[in-house]
Amino acid sequence: MTISNTVSITDELIAAHGLKPDEYQRILKLIGREPTYTELGIFSAMWNEHCSYKSSKKWLRTLPTSGPCVIQGPGENAGVVDIGDGQAVVFKMESHNHPSYIEPYQGAATGVGGILRDVFTMGARPVATMNALRFGEPEHAKTRHLVSGVVSGVGGYGNAFGVPTVGGEVQFDARYNDNCLVNAFAAGLADADAIFYSKAEGVGLPVVYLGAKTGRDGVGGATMASAEFDDSIDEKRPTVQVGDPFTEKCLLEACLELMASGAVIAIQDMGAAGLTCSAVEMGAKGDLGIRLDLDKVPVREERMSAYEMMLSESQERMLMVLRPEQEKEAEAIFHKWGLDFAIVGETTDDLRFRVFHQGDEVANLPIKELGDEAPEYDRPWVEPAAPAALERTDVPDMDVAEALVKLLGTPNISSRRWVWEQYDTLIQGNSLQLPGGDAGVIRVEGHATKALAFSSDVNPRYCEADPFEGGKQAVAECWRNLTATGALPLAATDNLNFGNPERPEIMGQLVHAIKGIGEACRALDFPIVSGNVSLYNETNGQGILPTPTIGGVGLIDDWSKMARVRFAAENEEIFLVGGPRELGTHLGQSAYLRDLHGRNEGPAPHVDLAHEKAVGDFVRGLIRSGIATAVHDCSDGGLGVAIAEMAIASGIGATVDLADDCDAVAALFGEDQGRYVVTMSKDSAAALAAANGVNIVRIGTTGGSSLKLGRARAIPVVELKEAHEGWFPTFMG
Amino acid sequence: MKSAVVLLPGLNRDRDMIAALTKIGGKPPVTVWQTDTEIPDVDLIVIPGGFSYGDYLRCGAIAARMPVMRAVAEKAAQGVKVMGVCNGFQILLEAGLLPGALMRNASLKFVCREVKLEVANAATAFTSGYQQGQVIRCPVAHHDGNYFADTDTLARIEGNGQVVFRYADGTNPNGSINDIAGIVNDAGNVLGLMPHPENLIEAAHGGSDGRALFESVLGVAA
Repeated sequence: MTISNTVSITDELIAAHGLKPDEYQRILKLIGREPTYTELGIFSAMWNEHCSYKSSKKWLRTLPTSGPCVIQGPGENAGVVDIGDGQAVVFKMESHNHPSYIEPYQGAATGVGGILRDVFTMGARPVATMNALRFGEPEHAKTRHLVSGVVSGVGGYGNAFGVPTVGGEVQFDARYNDNCLVNAFAAGLADADAIFYSKAEGVGLPVVYLGAKTGRDGVGGATMASAEFDDSIDEKRPTVQVGDPFTEKCLLEACLELMASGAVIAIQDMGAAGLTCSAVEMGAKGDLGIRLDLDKVPVREERMSAYEMMLSESQERMLMVLRPEQEKEAEAIFHKWGLDFAIVGETTDDLRFRVFHQGDEVANLPIKELGDEAPEYDRPWVEPAAPAALERTDVPDMDVAEALVKLLGTPNISSRRWVWEQYDTLIQGNSLQLPGGDAGVIRVEGHATKALAFSSDVNPRYCEADPFEGGKQAVAECWRNLTATGALPLAATDNLNFGNPERPEIMGQLVHAIKGIGEACRALDFPIVSGNVSLYNETNGQGILPTPTIGGVGLIDDWSKMARVRFAAENEEIFLVGGPRELGTHLGQSAYLRDLHGRNEGPAPHVDLAHEKAVGDFVRGLIRSGIATAVHDCSDGGLGVAIAEMAIASGIGATVDLADDCDAVAALFGEDQGRYVVTMSKDSAAALAAANGVNIVRIGTTGGSSLKLGRARAIPVVELKEAHEGWFPTFMG
Repeated sequence: MKSAVVLLPGLNRDRDMIAALTKIGGKPPVTVWQTDTEIPDVDLIVIPGGFSYGDYLRCGAIAARMPVMRAVAEKAAQGVKVMGVCNGFQILLEAGLLPGALMRNASLKFVCREVKLEVANAATAFTSGYQQGQVIRCPVAHHDGNYFADTDTLARIEGNGQVVFRYADGTNPNGSINDIAGIVNDAGNVLGLMPHPENLIEAAHGGSDGRALFESVLGVAA
């Protein structure tokens, strides 16, 4: 019995596919007739926000994406950056926000699976992952459920796949109550001359389907609605896909083996809108048509329609164009790993995307236009309103010892050990710095001294107050965290999470954040080489905090000289590098004000990019010359929290001298940018040459078992540690 | 001394293990695949960690029934040394080469951290490089490391000195009975352990406490 592909196209069906009436008119004009049901699905998949970037493209184009070390910028599965010695690092960050809210374990797991696939599709073996997670306020009824599910999902997939998780973020804010964020980052290593791309080349070559079978899972949200119109869909499946890390691990090994054999001409993973996006991408990039025969697609469910097969988001699948003479060899490799291998089509010279099912042609569309003619919007936007200035007298004072202990035990500053101990941080045997420091570091396998540093950063509180400064700050903080290990930051990936872009104030946030990111990336020689945009993150008319997550990669020439957060020894000098004369001044939008006094007020801190670069370059020099013995950047919670974290990590106390007339709250908890805490031996300190324009202030000495801040009571390091380590396990129970 | 590493789909610490055997033993191990029915003439066979066949049935259960495991059992019976780490330990238990079982961690969560191990028996081929009672550092990374054996079995293996490694200083990460982290078979030529000594063998790992295990079993001087 044949499966019907005939469904009449009604206004409701068009709307259920997320296509606006004018977008539908555009389709009619493009193909000169009414689309078939399958074609409508294909258009909806290609023209949705996720695939087409229709709201953000205009602004994304303004980002700097090239540089001396960039081999491949945005537009491929992942960015590729040269790290010397014929090797390249391949990386990207991508969101899986909505699925993770609906089904936290599988949503997060498949987010990790998707980003790993993006990396190994390009021929790179994944060597590190990070996860930037944002949840609602701890008191919210769903938060613990989401944290528990997302963390086990991230671990469940990454641990089984076999890649170390080296860093990430976990934050809580009421603005994520109904819309958590799961941003997954992955990086891999490849030979610079063996990168694989999605562009197909050659006519009449086999298009091969590899990996897991196709099911109905993940058939777009549109399908759920369309079930009302199509009785042949007898089962409504959850739109969240189910991950299978075992198959993904086999797929990785099979793909790398196949790539090494020389059989692969083009490769594209099946991610969002699986077969549709991957086939169109390969053809359109290569100026070729693609012909698919759906009867050949390996399926794991009965009676799947063409529509379902084209829109399925079943995981762990790849599409390739292979050299025909190596077909048998390729098939043998895939069968060895227990994976499906099926020739499902061929490349053509007619520039059409033609899909056949049961002898019928169910789609015949112009392949270039499917991508190129996607709508692009210059959505109206408004200037974000600047927050009122914050007078120092408006900020309550507090005993700084009490404030520090409290801050260390707040949801947003406390240790994330409960989270990262559920991730395999050690697998592959190359992890040099684990989560909990400024950046995760892995050594480059096969090289005696080289290492890569990774950090993921954004402060959404700053972005809400000032999207431009917040965008700049996210880039600067990422760059700073990499620098604090001694790494030279190379390039970054951006994951832009925002609300509904059809609201001018949200669009204003997006535009300003991208402008800020661009300005910082240009000033810091830190190009964006890949990324992802996640819009419509809102519930009941309120958007999430604007959250442009930046994932950065840096290169360490000699890891034996890298810096860590922990104090290296007693009786060393502590310096604040890059701070103002008062050490700290800026309390607007600070953790002190928000987490201890419940107030989100004042302007975000300003990032002086020239200063940032000068200070960072100076600190990197101190690390590389072996002078700096420990380094930590000052971020959330300011200098006070930075020093406490250095003490906690080492078990060594410190004495911080504060002048009697000093404004201790601002000095210790101000969140002025571009600052690092650096320790060194007394001999090095005595010989320290001043750097041009970089302010270096000696602020104290390491030693003892307590932290003494000016005239406040000495806090035992064990007490700091208890406060810092205690919150998360207590919260999760 | 020659070694072999068993490769099964889903194992993922095979590269770590091969690196450790190569760096410490001086030459790379041979590898054997899931369907191989014969194992070359070697002195040591290692089953590394990971998630063989996704651990979708019970950890190690599918792997234990693959053809290569019959060959491993034959070699073990001939006295060839066999070592299973993490998933490898689970596989050896499922294959009946070691007594007891590994249950889900008491916390029900995956755990990756450094623990302390006491060398409870330094008189084995795997531990002769350590002192009896020596406490070493070693990382763990597992979801199902909660060792259990019935009372009689436990009394037997404790009495025979088959418990080789115990979690020390209150660092038991999984709730295993008697803090057991690693055991040998009755004959002393098959070792299973949950921790990952292969991830603590050089300066880059922040220590080399795992090295002596490889030096012992590979017969390499420290």
